[in-house]
This record gives sequence, structure tokens and C-alpha cells, in this order.
Amino acid sequence: MAKDEFQTREFKVVGTRVPRPDGLDKVTGRARYGADMSAPGMLHGYCLRSPHAHARIVSIDTSAAEAMSGVKAVVTRADFTVTPEDQGTRDILDNVMADKKALYDGHTVAAVAATSRSAGMKALKAIKVEYEVLPHVIDVDEAMKPGAPELHEGRSQESVPEGYSQNVLARSQYGHGDIDAGFAKADVIIERSFTTAATHQGYIEPHACLATMGNDNQGDLFCCTQGHFLVRSTCAEIMGMESGRLRVTSSEIGGGFGGKTTVFLEPVALMLSKKSGKPVKMTMSRDEVLRASGPTASTSIDIKIGATKDGRITGAWGDFRYQSGAFYAMNGALGAMCGFAPYDLENLKTVGWEVVTNRPKAAAYRAPGAPMAAFAVESVMDELASSIGMDPIDFRLMNGAEEGTKSAYGPTYPAIGLKATLEAAKAHPHWSAPLGENQGRGVGCGFWFNFGGNTSVSLMINPDGTVSLSEGNPDIGGSRASMSMMAAEELGIPYRQVRTIIADTASLGENDVTDGSRVTFAVGLATIKAARHAIETMKARAAKTWGIDADAVEWVDGAAQPAGPNAGKFPPLTLKEIAATMSNTGGPISGHHEANAEGAGVSFGTHICDTEVDPETGAVKILRYTVFQDAGKAVHPDYVEGQLQGGAVQGIGWALNEEYVYGEDGTLQNPGFLDYRIPVASDLPMIEPVILEIPNPGHPYGVRGVGETGIVPPLATIANAVSRAADVRMTSLPMSPPKLLAAIKAK
Amino acid sequence: MKFQSPQTVDDAIAMLAADTNARVLAGGTDLLVRLRSGHISPSAIVDIKHISGMRDITQEDTPEGSGWRIGAAVSCAEMGEHAGLVAAYPGVVEGAELIGSTQVQGRCTMVGNLCNAGPAGDSVPAMVAAGALIRVAGPNGTRDVPVLDIPVAPGKTSLTEGEFVTSVFLPARPDNASDAYLRFIPRTEMDIAVVGCAVNLTLDAQGTVTAASMSLGAVGPKVKQVDASAIVGSTCDDASLDALAAAATEAATPIDDKRGTIAFRKDVSGVLAKRAAKIAYTRAKGASA
Amino acid sequence: MSRIHVNTTVNGDAVDYLCEAEDTLLDVLRDTLDLTGSKEGCASGDCGACSVLVDGRLVCSCLVLGAEAEGRTVETIEGMAEGDTLHPLQKNFINKAALQCGICTPGILVAAKNLLEKNPDPSEEEVRYWLAGNLCRCTGYDKIIRAVLDTAAEMRGAA
Ligand SMILES: Cc1cc2nc3c(=O)[nH]c(=O)nc-3n(C[C@H](O)[C@H](O)[C@H](O)COP(=O)(O)OP(=O)(O)OC[C@H]3O[C@@H](n4cnc5c(N)ncnc54)[C@H](O)[C@@H]3O)c2cc1C
Ligand code: FES
Ligand code: FES
Repeated sequence: MAKDEFQTREFKVVGTRVPRPDGLDKVTGRARYGADMSAPGMLHGYCLRSPHAHARIVSIDTSAAEAMSGVKAVVTRADFTVTPEDQGTRDILDNVMADKKALYDGHTVAAVAATSRSAGMKALKAIKVEYEVLPHVIDVDEAMKPGAPELHEGRSQESVPEGYSQNVLARSQYGHGDIDAGFAKADVIIERSFTTAATHQGYIEPHACLATMGNDNQGDLFCCTQGHFLVRSTCAEIMGMESGRLRVTSSEIGGGFGGKTTVFLEPVALMLSKKSGKPVKMTMSRDEVLRASGPTASTSIDIKIGATKDGRITGAWGDFRYQSGAFYAMNGALGAMCGFAPYDLENLKTVGWEVVTNRPKAAAYRAPGAPMAAFAVESVMDELASSIGMDPIDFRLMNGAEEGTKSAYGPTYPAIGLKATLEAAKAHPHWSAPLGENQGRGVGCGFWFNFGGNTSVSLMINPDGTVSLSEGNPDIGGSRASMSMMAAEELGIPYRQVRTIIADTASLGENDVTDGSRVTFAVGLATIKAARHAIETMKARAAKTWGIDADAVEWVDGAAQPAGPNAGKFPPLTLKEIAATMSNTGGPISGHHEANAEGAGVSFGTHICDTEVDPETGAVKILRYTVFQDAGKAVHPDYVEGQLQGGAVQGIGWALNEEYVYGEDGTLQNPGFLDYRIPVASDLPMIEPVILEIPNPGHPYGVRGVGETGIVPPLATIANAVSRAADVRMTSLPMSPPKLLAAIKAK
Repeated sequence: MKFQSPQTVDDAIAMLAADTNARVLAGGTDLLVRLRSGHISPSAIVDIKHISGMRDITQEDTPEGSGWRIGAAVSCAEMGEHAGLVAAYPGVVEGAELIGSTQVQGRCTMVGNLCNAGPAGDSVPAMVAAGALIRVAGPNGTRDVPVLDIPVAPGKTSLTEGEFVTSVFLPARPDNASDAYLRFIPRTEMDIAVVGCAVNLTLDAQGTVTAASMSLGAVGPKVKQVDASAIVGSTCDDASLDALAAAATEAATPIDDKRGTIAFRKDVSGVLAKRAAKIAYTRAKGASA
Repeated sequence: MSRIHVNTTVNGDAVDYLCEAEDTLLDVLRDTLDLTGSKEGCASGDCGACSVLVDGRLVCSCLVLGAEAEGRTVETIEGMAEGDTLHPLQKNFINKAALQCGICTPGILVAAKNLLEKNPDPSEEEVRYWLAGNLCRCTGYDKIIRAVLDTAAEMRGAA
């Protein structure tokens, strides 16, 4: 695809704000989410969870529970007799059903299936588990020290140097140039240490599934997930069955943000169903979601940046220590790659650490690992700009990455939008609006990679000229609308003529999870190519009808037209006309595309925020918030804006009030929405989204993913605003009122 | 578990007396949460909402003038919708109206808030500062007790077998009097108070405070009555407000927990005392105008 | 354990059901009456996804017992549209992209409709406080608040 093709293209459907196809179901209560499906004869499944942060499971006695009326199956780890080959899947199994040790408060140790909730609850109480409580560790820096309570043995990778506990599983390093030489050239060097608390994605829909599995080793699973193909392969491996024997259908999904990119209940429900011979439905309570699904890493980060007086960065260094709960997860490495990615640096070194602790295994959360890194780096950037008396946007522009910059994680950037977002921020009235007493303005930048990945799409031309599009990625924020739009655009037909559905795992080739901001990019790409495939067939059918050569036919505005020497010889044949006669011209027409999509195109954003601090209580009010982000091409601007607004507000929660609070005994103190404080409507102003369109050369329409970058800048942006409003540098998140008031009083 | 909905006070007493593991249900916004989480497993639920008078707000004459009687099952939203009550006791109503969301407001009651016996109940400090009396009905008849006599420890009340609260009485007070309640929460809504403070005061014709009371929530095992004499005799000038703040900070005996630290709660007790007194003072002056 | 027989009205229709004393109204709506439009996000009154009206009063159905519905009128999201005619709020939520995943949408619509019935001309702040008990994690609330304010203006114009 030539680079200028998309830039000059005039879109008819793409870029408009059409109503989404699933809208009606969702405003009338008809849409079916994970917990909304039931089956005849269905049982209800419940988990028994460890009350201890770290304990050896000495014995489990399920006999009393099994004997109870209404109890149809009890499972423990002993029922999972297959050991998955892949270490990652073994970890998932260990996470969904504890093996020899319970590794965190809330770790499942047994499960029951019963005819009612009350019978299930009674059965859980009747299971006797003998624990030998072990010392536990929650904090990342504590967990790294030799002598810390250790979760696993022999799992540290070779990259980990001597002198650390076995909780340190991996160390990775990035950068280029010579940082010592770089710092030697600096006029000003600022070095700071930062911490961030673990947070949760906070999707409103708890995990839920309905499993049916027979002793013929065939199964059906209905569940809320970001990727039903991944659920299929993971569950099949854990259950020891061929994946073709398990069909997974994704429900409507009530939010995920990365937290539904793995399995928790699904293998347990399948096992309970297998054992009881009945369908089993499981739903998590909110308490279970917070204690035992996949929150983020908590972090401890050191950053050092040096610059000349005139604003040029000469050297930068960062050490990113991330704990990701009880099992390996790549988070510290992502922090080490992303933190400095917005900048063009000659001398850079970053190190990322992956550490385990007695907490639930971290899952992805929108740009996993990046927001905390950006918080640390952008805070030091802000302080540096102040200390050399430079405007914080100018300082970033002077050092900002652009096409040709060698990135912090290695590759050289193609066309990117960082500077465009900074210029737009600088020119926006928000940046120069006056501020009152106790108010402060902050700015911050953020980066995310974006992914492509395995994608398979089918597009069917129906006899009446409508189009059915099947994709395999759960739609969380309106992607069915975007796919219909791209198909309509390419086919040259009205949006309403296309209906997109999410197909089950038996109906399409493998699709990667809805993550990495990949769907509008990769599934969109595949949709466009599937449409082109169908167009080729339709051109051939028209050629056949006219008795001319297929390559003498063009596709214009939804119709085949004779071209070249035949131009004007026959009236155009519309898609509808070709569809009506397709059984006579060769049979059904459809288009497919399967690929592992590349060229996702990295994404950058810049945020500005105004805050007001109550100096007597440490309360922070968000007064105004503006997001600038490069979307490549906004297919459906409403839903792009929604991603930017939603990401910013999740960042506001992370910055100000959200945190996992653990007690001395290692149990979670705030497993509910009353004390795990996500922002409520009255906490917020409107969030102004400014979409920039710097086309991604890797996509026919220039699309870049937009789902994740929006959560990267807010932590830093708000910290910079609060630090200016309160005149004290805040280096620890969340900036909850007690913490901020203590900092104000200590200054 | 049984579900019962008595029509009379006597029936309710009989049901509660017959089953010591029965629980009173008013709005259910505490009870149902505890039930679902498995924290309690009562053998019976006694829904008091169908007993006559439980949902009424009425004026009641006393030698000191006309006071207000609020039935135990009056929801906090209904209190906020009652113009007369709002005018008479704006602080009590604002405490009640701060509880939970719109949805919770439609169900929750002041008496449920009190009988839940949490240290942070938002409606309790203003009731204490107002000198409210709680009417308790039981097998041995009816008694009126001060608010602070009901909670004894977190989650525990002084009510005995077969007893329940039927109403709250807010005493009559002079014209130049008003009250205010403020709480500190990290968000703007949907949080449990980290500190709560109510101030109730009376002015003379010149605008000098002649009587004042103050009470603090969430800074001890139960709501605390705190000496407010620092502003008596003043016009709530900065110096007397600072003295009131110091008294509040001094009196607070909070703990460190997931919602706040000791130092924070002590500091904020003083800040809220000052701010609440100012609001009550402005209201009292307005009331006299 | 004998179950409780409850007679009530749901979305205008007389309905009766059997429930256990500990069943919440939300359990009954979802599991017994198959009205799964009301969602369970927390079962503790914190998220508002289960919002319904009982005798015209906005409540969390997870904090009401099924037995308490005896003799009451209950309105849920399933009763909001009249036949195939959507309520203006429902229409605007679709047209103004006021939902992403949509799990919060039924509760927010029920709550917002109740607000506009009480206050046809709410300020932005009033809408934000009224809806503070309805958590939405996807949208940052912006488009929701706008859709409610726009609908209010539209309905005032039409009235
Ligand atoms: C989402 C949410 C937010 C909340 N926010 C707040 C808040 O901001 N501030 C706050 O203070 N609270 C808050 N609460 C707690 C709760 O709403 C209040 O305590 C409320 O006032 C309780 O009233 P109720 O009528 O619902 O009590 P119920 O739940 O019916 O009863 C509470 C307790 O009191 C007993 N009881 C009730 N009435 C009587 C009576 N007449 N005689 C004897 N015993 C009785 C019950 O048996 C039970 O033990 C919140 C709760 C929720 C779910
Ligand atoms: S489910 Fe009722 S408020 Fe969350
Ligand atoms: S749209 Fe997903 S929670 Fe509101």
C-alpha cells in the first residue's frame, strides 16, 4: 500500500458517527453478558478461597461437603490430573486452583457445584482445609531482598544476578550510548525514587461463565472474556482435551481493560461440569474479583535524568522494579521499555525487574507496565524543566522523539505523532488559561506499542445484497460498529447494509485476544482485505455475466463497472444485483482474510490537567482535563473519544485514590467498591478529547490502536499538577489526602 | 431464615423477644450487605416498615416548644424532601442526606445508621449535637434515651432482647439556632467518613453564641461529644474558631486504618470543626433574620 | 424451608413468585423472572448496576429483599421502552455513544429517567451527584452526562 493512498482518500463512512449495532440490545437490557445465560438443569459453582497470604495446604477433606443434599460435585487440585506442557499454562493452573501452597489471600483451594446458592455456601463451609501458615511478603523491595519469604524455588531466570531472593524472576536491560559520559555533560541532574500502589481494572462486570462438559470430553463454554480463542486453548490444555473439542462463545463483555485476557473460573467450571455431568454456572462476587483476579503490578522505580541548561537531555537512567503477584508476568520490562519512549536520547540505560509476592497474579491493565514508568519519568522531566526555567512542553518538544529517532527499546521510529500532540497541547487554550489560588497545571506524555496479531475474518455476501461479517474478537467499546464501517467503506455500500457479529471458536480461524489496542487496527485490516477478496469475486461474476475479462472490471461505489476498452459498454452491476444472481454465476460469494497482522504503529499522547488542592485536608479536585492523542485515523470518532476519556479517568483514579491495601497479615483490606475507590461521576469534570490523525503507514486507512495509550500520561500529569498546586513534589501514588496532607505539612 | 413484617409495635416486640437471633430490617442498606457477605446469619428478619407511624415525620409539642419526631423507618431521602424539617434542623438532615448514593438514600434510615453502631455513621454526630432522644420500645414498655447511649462498641448497641427503636425526637429550639454537619471523604460521594463533625449552636440577638455543642464521628470507637465552649460568648471569630479546632483535634482518638491515619484524622477534625461552626453560625444568623 | 409467596407488579404486569427469605429482589428479577437487564456488579449497593424503581423510588435491587416487593410496583430497564418506542434517554444513549461495554447502562438509564421525572432541568452538577451511585468504568462519564443533559433539553423542548 503506497503511503499517500490513504492520505488522499476521501472517506464516506469511516470518520462518521453512526449508531452501533449492539446499541438497542444494550439500552433495553436484552444484551447477554457473562452471568445472563442459563441452561436447563444448571448447577451453581462456588470457590473456596484461602484466607491466608501464604500457607502450605496440609490436607483438604471434602467428604462432608460431598455428602450434603444438593451438592453435585466438589473439586480440588487432585482432580486436575494433567500437567500442562507450557510453563505459562502451568502457572495459570496453579493460579486457578492452588497446588501445594496457597500463595495469596483469595487463592482458590477447592470448588463446589450445587443446586442452589444456599446449598453451595453451606458446602463451602463444610470443606475442611488444614493450613500451615507461612511467612509472607507483599512489598516489591522487601520481596527482592535475600532472606525474604520465598514463593517458588528454582524459577529465577539466568538474567538475575547474585544477591537477590528467589522472588526475583527476571531482569532485563535496554538502552544505548554511554550514560556516564552523558551525565558528565549535564548541567543539572535530578534523581528521584517513586512508588505506585497496585490497582485494579475495575470492570463493572464480574467474571462469569457457563460450562457444559461431558465424559465424552466435548465441551461448550459461554463466558465473558477478551479472547475466547485463548480461553479455548488454555482450558483445553488444562483439561487435557483437544481444543477442537471445546467450543467457546464469548458473551457481551462488561469491561475488561486487560483483566479478562486470561482464565480464572473457566477451567474450574469445566471440571465441576465434567464431574457432575451437568451445566455449571459460576460468577465471581466483587470481593472475589478484587482478591483473586488480576490487578496491576505495584512498583518501586528510580529515575535519573541530566540536562544542559538550555534544555537538552544528555543522559537518562531508570531502574523499574515491579511485583506482579504470585506468578511471573512481564511488567518491569515493559516499564523499562516504555518510560523513556517519548524521547530522543543519546545516552540511556534502563533495567526492568520481575518480582513475585503473595498477591494475586497481575493481569494486563491498559498499556500494562507503562503508566507507572511514565509517572516516574515524566515527574523528573517536570522537575528538570522547572529547575532550568523552561516551559515543560517546550522541554519535551526539544527532546521529543520523531520519525528516525532510535527508540528507548531499540527500533527506529517511522512517522509518529508525539510532537504533534505536544504542539496541539501548547496551542490549546487550556495551556494558557489562568489559574487561581491553590491550583496547579500539569502536563505529561505517554507511549504505547500497540499490537497486531493473529486475525481471521469472514465476510459473506447474502442473496439480498446485505453483508454479514464475522470476526473473532469480543467487542468492548464499539468495535462491531467500526468493522461494519470499514467493510461498508471498502464495498461502497451504506453502513446499515453490513452486520458484524462475534463468532465462536468453531466458526473462524484463530484470533488473538482483544488486547494491545489491536482490534480496530488488525481486525479492521483483515476486514478491509476480506472485503477486497469479496470484491474480486464479485468483479469476476460481473465479468462472467458480461462475457469480458475479469481484470477489465473495476469496483466503483458499490458496483462492478466495465473498464478500459469495455468502459461504458454495460451498465454497472451493483453488489445487490450480483448477489441476487450469484447462484447462477458460480454460487455463494464471500471474502476471507487470515493473517498475523504487522505494522500496528506506536501511539503517543499528551495530557494537560488542572487541579486544586485543599491545603488543610489534602483533598484534590480535578478542575479541567484535556487529552491529545494520535489515532492515525479515527474510524468512529465517538468511540475513539470514549477510549481517551475512559483511559484518562482510570488514570485519575490511579493517581488519586485507588490502591490495594494489605493488612499486616497479608490479607486485602479493601475488597469492595466502597473502599477500592474508582472515580464516581461527581468527582470529575468533562474530559476534553483532542484527536490527532497522523496516519499509520501500516494500515490501509492509517488506523492506529487507541485503547491503551490514554491511561499512560494521567498519573504523571496529575502528579505534576498536584505538585505545582501544593508546591511539594509527590513521588508516591496514590496521592490520597492523608499522604498529600502529610507532605504539605512536612514542607 | 424467616421473613416477618409486623403491623404493630407490639407484634414486632413479640417477634423480636421470641427469637433472640432475629434482626430488625429498616432500609436494609447495612443489613443486606452483611447478610450477603455471610457476616451475619440471623434466623429471622423483622421488617418494621409496615408498622403505623414508622414512616411519619411529625411535629410534637413540648413545654419548650415544638420539636420533631421522625419515625424509625423514614428514609433519609424523605427527610430531605420535608421542607419543615430541613428548615428546623439543616445539619441533621444534611448528615442523613450524605449517606450513600441516591439509591441508598431511598432506603436508608437514621435509626438504621445509629443501630448499625459503626463509628463513622454520618447521621449520628448531628443527632448527638442536637441533643436528640431515641425512643426505644420493648417488652417492658417504652423509654427515651440519649443518642450516645445506643451504641456501646463498634457493631454493638445497648438494646436488650425484644427492644427496637421506634423514633427519633429532635427537641424544640429557639429561633436563633442552627446546626451543620461536614464529613471528609476522599471522593465526593460513596465513601465512608474519614472524619465527621457536627456543630449545633444558639445565638443571642447580637449574634453572640450563647450555647454550642459539637460532636465527632470516625475518630473513636463511637461518636464523641466534644466540648464546644470555645465558641460560647464569641461571634465565631478566627481566634475562637481556632480554639474550637484545637479542642476537636485534642478530643479525637482515632486509629490508623485503610481510610486514614491518626495524624490526618486529628488534623481534619479541627478543620471540619471550624468549617462546620462557620456554616452553623451563618445559618443561625440567617434564621434570625 | 418453605418459600415465601410474593404478589407484586413488575413493569405494569401483575406477577407472583416464590422466593427464599434471603433472596434479594435482584436475585428474583434475574434468576426467577428472567429479567436479566438489571446487572449485579457488586451485590453491596456500591455500583448501581442493579438500579430499579420500587413504588417510584430509585433503589439498588441488590439491597431489597424479594419478599419486600409484596404489594409494590417494581420498574426495571425492561419496562423503559414502550413497545418498540424507545425512551428519549435510550435513543440518545445510542446516538451519543453514552455507552461502551454497556454493563452500567441499564442502571444508569433507570436512574437518569427517575431524575428527569423529578427534575426536568438539572444542572451538570445535579446530574453528576444524582448518578454518583452508578459506577461506569469505561466512559469517564463524559458522554453519559452529556446524553442526560441533552435529553433533558430535548424533552423540555417537546413538552
Ligand atoms: C453503598 C453504600 C453507601 C453507604 N454510605 C454510607 C455513608 O456515606 N454514611 C453512612 O453513615 N453510612 C453509609 N452506608 C451504610 C448504611 O447505608 C447506613 O448505615 C444506613 O443509615 C443504614 O440504615 P438502614 O435503614 O438501611 O439500616 P438497616 O440495614 O435496615 O439496619 C442497620 C442495622 O440496624 C438495625 N436496625 C435498623 N433499624 C432498627 C431499629 N428501628 N431498631 C433497632 N435496630 C435497628 C438492623 O437490625 C441492622 O443491624 C452505606 C451503605 C451502602 C450500601
Ligand atoms: S449490584 Fe446492586 S449496587 Fe452493585
Ligand atoms: S460502559 Fe462499561 S461500565 Fe459503563
